[in-house]
Amino acid sequence: MNNILVAESVSKNYGNFRALNDISIQVPKGSIFGLLGPNGAGKTTFIRIINQITMPDTGQVFLDNEPLHPSHVQYIGYLPEERGLYKSMKVGEQALYLAQLKGLTKKQAKERLKYWFERLEITGWWDKKIEELSKGMAQKVQFIVTVLHQPKLLIFDEPFSGFDPVNANLIKDEILELQNQGATIIFSTHRMESVEELCDHIALINQANKVLDGKLTDIKRSYKSNTYEIGLIPDNDEALKNELSQKFSIAPAEFKSIEDELKLRIKINPGDSPNDLISYLTTKAQINHFVEVIPSVNDIFIQTVSKK
Amino acid sequence: MKNLSLIIKREFNSRVRNKSFIVMTILSPLIIVAMIFLVVFLSNLNREETRTVGVLDESGLFLATLEETEVLRFQFLNEADLEAAKKISQQSNYHGLLYIPGAETLEELDRRIQFFVEGSPNISTVQYIERSLSNKLTNMRLENAGVDISSIEASRSQIDIKIENYEGQQTSIMSSWIKAIFGGAAGYLLMMFIIIYGNMVMRSVIEEKTNRIIEIIISSVKPYHLMMGKIIGTTLAGVTQFLIWVVLGGIFMLIATTVFGVQMDPSTMANQETMEQANTSGMQAVLMDIARLPIGTLIVSFLIFFIGGYFLYSSIYAAIGAAVDNETDTQQFMFPIIIPLMLAMYVGFFAVIENPHGTVSVVFSHIPLTSPIVMLMRIPFGVPWWEILISMLLLFATFALVVWFAAKIYRVGILMYGKKPTYKELYKWLKY
Repeated sequence: MNNILVAESVSKNYGNFRALNDISIQVPKGSIFGLLGPNGAGKTTFIRIINQITMPDTGQVFLDNEPLHPSHVQYIGYLPEERGLYKSMKVGEQALYLAQLKGLTKKQAKERLKYWFERLEITGWWDKKIEELSKGMAQKVQFIVTVLHQPKLLIFDEPFSGFDPVNANLIKDEILELQNQGATIIFSTHRMESVEELCDHIALINQANKVLDGKLTDIKRSYKSNTYEIGLIPDNDEALKNELSQKFSIAPAEFKSIEDELKLRIKINPGDSPNDLISYLTTKAQINHFVEVIPSVNDIFIQTVSKK
Repeated sequence: MKNLSLIIKREFNSRVRNKSFIVMTILSPLIIVAMIFLVVFLSNLNREETRTVGVLDESGLFLATLEETEVLRFQFLNEADLEAAKKISQQSNYHGLLYIPGAETLEELDRRIQFFVEGSPNISTVQYIERSLSNKLTNMRLENAGVDISSIEASRSQIDIKIENYEGQQTSIMSSWIKAIFGGAAGYLLMMFIIIYGNMVMRSVIEEKTNRIIEIIISSVKPYHLMMGKIIGTTLAGVTQFLIWVVLGGIFMLIATTVFGVQMDPSTMANQETMEQANTSGMQAVLMDIARLPIGTLIVSFLIFFIGGYFLYSSIYAAIGAAVDNETDTQQFMFPIIIPLMLAMYVGFFAVIENPHGTVSVVFSHIPLTSPIVMLMRIPFGVPWWEILISMLLLFATFALVVWFAAKIYRVGILMYGKKPTYKELYKWLKY
């Protein structure tokens, strides 16, 4: 597979503290890659290594099959979790400065800034100082600065914190649009619903170690337990429950429905087909609801992290 | 390299466009000129005040001895006794009462003369009176011993040593003072520059940390470049300010010399000696001495030593700024900066002015942390060029070493939040 970023056995120590332990990760080109992990797991350290802010003690990182080189910064856009701008500098001036640091010429930067300012509807802010803007407004400027040099690889660390729902959605759409245009996105967050929504690949880091990585669908497949959520309207609830509990392992289920029905979670043996379960159930009761239970990223996250 | 120049430009602009920079640059020369005028005005005011001293001379010997001066009047109160005289002096608001009792012998008189005063006396008045009286008493004793006073007066000689340096330029004690003042001012200015601009660098590092923009920037540029850009940009702002002051000072000098009519051309200066001796006003002499100072060397050395000294100190300032989260935490790290600066100032004011080329002065003008200030103070007294060169080389070599350490602390510190570091931790950062 074509990977834009490959980390090979990356380790990093701070004094006696091991921040990253032998991490290997591949980020496929064009993907939205979720980098997950609890606080202090080492995500930020890993991101800083990709950005060449810190150097790994051992191991190597490749961008487009080349070992990381200082000139690579212009291919990477980074929105750190702890972010801010010069308070007393004007928006436009500041954006120009940061864009030029990323290797754009002043003219290029101006043109693209004009485009983005119009796109995010902030044209009037050019001569305003950052201290005059609200936090959410400053975040928009920051987002523009991150993507302005059209990087191949975008790294967002908790991108939605500080945005109201409307602007968070706006930014989410922009991120998806950037992916459409061919950018690869690494996305570090605690907010599992946005991972679920956006990411196609994930890696889970816990206590400096990588505990899980791969395509999200593959991971989910490996975490599913052949369990189905079923809503039935039988003649006799208790009789059916008894009968089923002898054939399968069942548990009560909770889901929303408009009918007053028997809600169950049924686990079938690996290898058995759900079709058999359905044909069996049709002879016993009316089936209102039949859904395979797929573990959410949140479940997988909590399960994996607390396993340790 | 392109990034470095971008950073320098930004730092320079953010300093120079600052309102306080503009105010400082324009206002402080005006304030200095105003201060000089104020001091001159006040001391003139002081001099114009005349004092009257009441005199009760029971011996009757000193009536003609006490000559009045411009600021001193004597009122003889011979009809009264001591108590009455005191009362009169107090009521008439005299500066004091000089009491000379009648005495059998001159020896007795020596110890019995008294001066009564409200509060404390004016020192120059008392000195003048003491001098007049002892002259008179000495002469009287000499006469009693049979010495002819007029022959002593005639044989008294007046020596006025003419001081010249080896190049034949006339100097004087006055010009030594002017050198000391100029050297001292340059050294003091340099210290202020280091503290003010060093603090700017530190604050700007802290600002980037608290703004949390730091991580965005160092994902584009190396921390070392950011630090150097900051230091260089701020230095340029300082140099700009200094040059503006030099230009303003030059204009001021030009106006002053035209007003007082001093010939500034060095070639005619030597020929003016005779004329000068005959007719030189105080102000003219001062201006002549100033004109003879190695002003060019002083300005160039100031710039070089400012750049070197400032680089050295501000890299320490930058490291401190990176190590802490806010300005209040910087106090514990300020000692290593303030102590050498203070030491340099004291050495400058006590050792250099006393003996510009003595061992202490020479040694401290080569130690990198003190050399910028001490050497600047020595330069007006004439320092060989190779000594200046060695001092500069040492300074810049030390800077290269210090900046290496500072960069390490800076690199780690800018991403550290929340903890107030100790010296021990800073040492650990050097090894990350």
